[in-house]
Amino acid sequence: METASHIAHSPAKALTVALVGNPNTGKSTVFTALAGVRQRVGNYPGVTVEKKIGRANLSGRVVDLIDLPGTYSLAPRSPDEMVTVDVLLGRQADTVRPDSVLCIVDASNLERNLYLVSQALELGLPTVVVLTMVDLAEARGIHVDAARLARQLGVPVVPIAAHRRKGLEPLRAALTKAIDSPRRSDASPFSAEFQREVNDLHVRLNVGGGNTPRFLAERLLLDTSGYIEGDLLRPEDRATREALAAARKRLADAGQPVPAVEAIARYGWAAKVLDRVVTRQTTSATTLSDRIDRVLCHKVLGVLIFIALMFVMFQSIFSWAAPAMDAIDAAKSALVEWIEGASGEPLMEDGPLRSLITSGMIEGVGSVLIFLPQILILFTFIAILEDCGYMARAAYLMDKLMAPIGLSGKSFIPLLSSFACAIPGVMAARVIENRRDRLLTILVAPLMSCSARLPVYTLLIAAFIPGTLLIGTTFGDWEIGIGLQGAAMFAMYLVGIVAAVSMTLVFRRTILKGETPPFVMELPSYKMPSLRVVVSRVVDRGWAFVRRAGTLIFAVMVLVWAATYYPRLDTEESRTLLAEQTELETKIAALAGAGREESPEYAALAERHDEIDKHLAGEQVRNSYLGRAGHWIEPVVEPLGWDWRIGCAAIASFPAREVIVGTLGVLYDLGAEEDEASDTLREKLQNATWDGTGEKVYGVPVALSIMVFFALCCQCAATLAVIKRETNSWRWPAFTFAYMTTLAYFAAMSTYQVASRALG
Amino acid sequence: MSLLSDLPIGGRAKVIGVAGADSVGVRLLEMGLIPGVEVHLLGTAPLGDPLEFELRGYRLSLRRSEAARVEVEVD
Repeated sequence: METASHIAHSPAKALTVALVGNPNTGKSTVFTALAGVRQRVGNYPGVTVEKKIGRANLSGRVVDLIDLPGTYSLAPRSPDEMVTVDVLLGRQADTVRPDSVLCIVDASNLERNLYLVSQALELGLPTVVVLTMVDLAEARGIHVDAARLARQLGVPVVPIAAHRRKGLEPLRAALTKAIDSPRRSDASPFSAEFQREVNDLHVRLNVGGGNTPRFLAERLLLDTSGYIEGDLLRPEDRATREALAAARKRLADAGQPVPAVEAIARYGWAAKVLDRVVTRQTTSATTLSDRIDRVLCHKVLGVLIFIALMFVMFQSIFSWAAPAMDAIDAAKSALVEWIEGASGEPLMEDGPLRSLITSGMIEGVGSVLIFLPQILILFTFIAILEDCGYMARAAYLMDKLMAPIGLSGKSFIPLLSSFACAIPGVMAARVIENRRDRLLTILVAPLMSCSARLPVYTLLIAAFIPGTLLIGTTFGDWEIGIGLQGAAMFAMYLVGIVAAVSMTLVFRRTILKGETPPFVMELPSYKMPSLRVVVSRVVDRGWAFVRRAGTLIFAVMVLVWAATYYPRLDTEESRTLLAEQTELETKIAALAGAGREESPEYAALAERHDEIDKHLAGEQVRNSYLGRAGHWIEPVVEPLGWDWRIGCAAIASFPAREVIVGTLGVLYDLGAEEDEASDTLREKLQNATWDGTGEKVYGVPVALSIMVFFALCCQCAATLAVIKRETNSWRWPAFTFAYMTTLAYFAAMSTYQVASRALG
Repeated sequence: MSLLSDLPIGGRAKVIGVAGADSVGVRLLEMGLIPGVEVHLLGTAPLGDPLEFELRGYRLSLRRSEAARVEVEVD
């Protein structure tokens, strides 16, 4: 029989091991040490939890490793926390049930870590305990007798130093053995009465052939938040709810009130397990970590160090990334020039395909890569801060500032980073475990004035805000004080911050209703960051961005290209101009042939040729679908003080706000190479008039209205793509786009209406 | 009987119980704040909140409002 022989010869089914552990236990280090850097990262459907799977080789057997999110407890109170438990119980649809559990435990903090171990042991899976931070524990005078701990727990205990790759072989051996061992049925840490109640509930839940695991029956009894009840019980199941209430009442009467009974039972169990396992030398009470902490959390010094660190981080995203970003830009231009043949024969003839490649695809790839330097730099900082233990302190230092607006200190770094760029900012929000708080941070992060808004501000401020000094004085060429232009720039940053604070308060009271997130968290010991961990985390983030968000950004850029390229310009005027250009080219070639490239005649011809190029480029965009859309929305943008050209430039900059400057350049026949420092563009704007009249389009009110619009609007396809990736749903990017555009529109309108009346 | 939030810096106390069975209350229990546990207030963040405690050999950060959920007996 072919089928039978096929089964007989096929390798054993793929084995799966799940990693669980408290936050800050070095779980990712163990994961990376076993699986290498080749990891598959995705999302579990419907939630924001990251699904991280790696492959390890255990003496010839291939094993899938699932890295579950760090948690203090397997007591789910939200869909995100439920994923961990569902994976472990084999209830997660897209993941096979693990064959064994790897429990990562911090040796320097055994008692609290054993809380999670006690829950993991109740899953009934073969378990291996990994002791990390052993050297840290020894340094603090804590000695752990791993052999005794293994005997007391009844499972293998392997001490390792993953960053030095010590203990990995014994760990692999222990895992190999554990996978083949039978499921375990453990003694519960709970009293006999409690277990009876769990058994009764378990039977009741499975009446009529259900297969709810006992673990969840126990959670149902213990979970007073109502989450498990909502997950397991049908709304009309009154009988089970009554039985549940009665069981809790009986337990309370017996002196075992839910939920406190769980903590009391598990910590009681932990104390018994740890009997004579841990020996402490009570020599030095203050460790190095304590001394560092005293400085870093000091009232004055701590704050100064924090500000300095944040400044360096912020500055680095701004300026260290710049050379790499310029290089990407230069490479992009060089590639385009090579294809268009700026020096020599063009690689391709002009036409839709060449334009698609140069203006669509190369532009598209470039606009994905351009974000990488900032992402990599920020994540290098974050990975170092996280791995050395400072990240938790940064949140601790800033919490008081964030709590009044309904966020915790953990939102500070994501929001601060967003001043450089919202993309790494949104990605950094994953340090916030709670889904609602993470979402709230992600929703307001794009309001922070990012560096892509600077060209818009620079151009408009230089053109329309007078350079008068508000306070201060001038010494010759030197100005000391605060000028109106600087104040305008500062005001734009303020607009973003005020909007972010207001929207946070609004969302907390509406769509993301809830209390300010709690700040009950461990402040881990300081340690040297591990290069391996930092590199793997940075590579992970950069790759995730390119693969998951990059494709989307690329697609949008190609769409924008099509909207400006089509329909092709074919008017009386364009045909005449093209004919003139052909004529000019013949004359230019003749002059060049005669060796007269330096003559004024040659220069005049070349200039005329260039002028026609720029005019035709302008005409093309003005007549493209994009230009038509600009005309079409003119009545909508008129209350903002805008003409159709500004409307058109604003539409063009929805995928990426910084393109407004280049688009304005094209629309005013200056070509796309104009930048914010261009004097010609500035003059063009200052002299621009409404079509058919002599009335100036721009003035201070219009400049302010455009700036406010750009400050608040979500004109960044990359940010939306990253929000999609981070929230695992289209709902949130759509919402972000809608609320920010609405906010920007009305704020710009009020700015224009108020300013034009105030300034007469 | 007093509250953990009222402890002076450097003060030590023994936990009597945690008020509330909501998620903050349960999280406090999970972090080991159960009856009989010794807690030591090490200091506060520069802005006065949150607080840094030591218990069971590790460092725990709590806001004042969260520490006020914990009833203690001052040593």
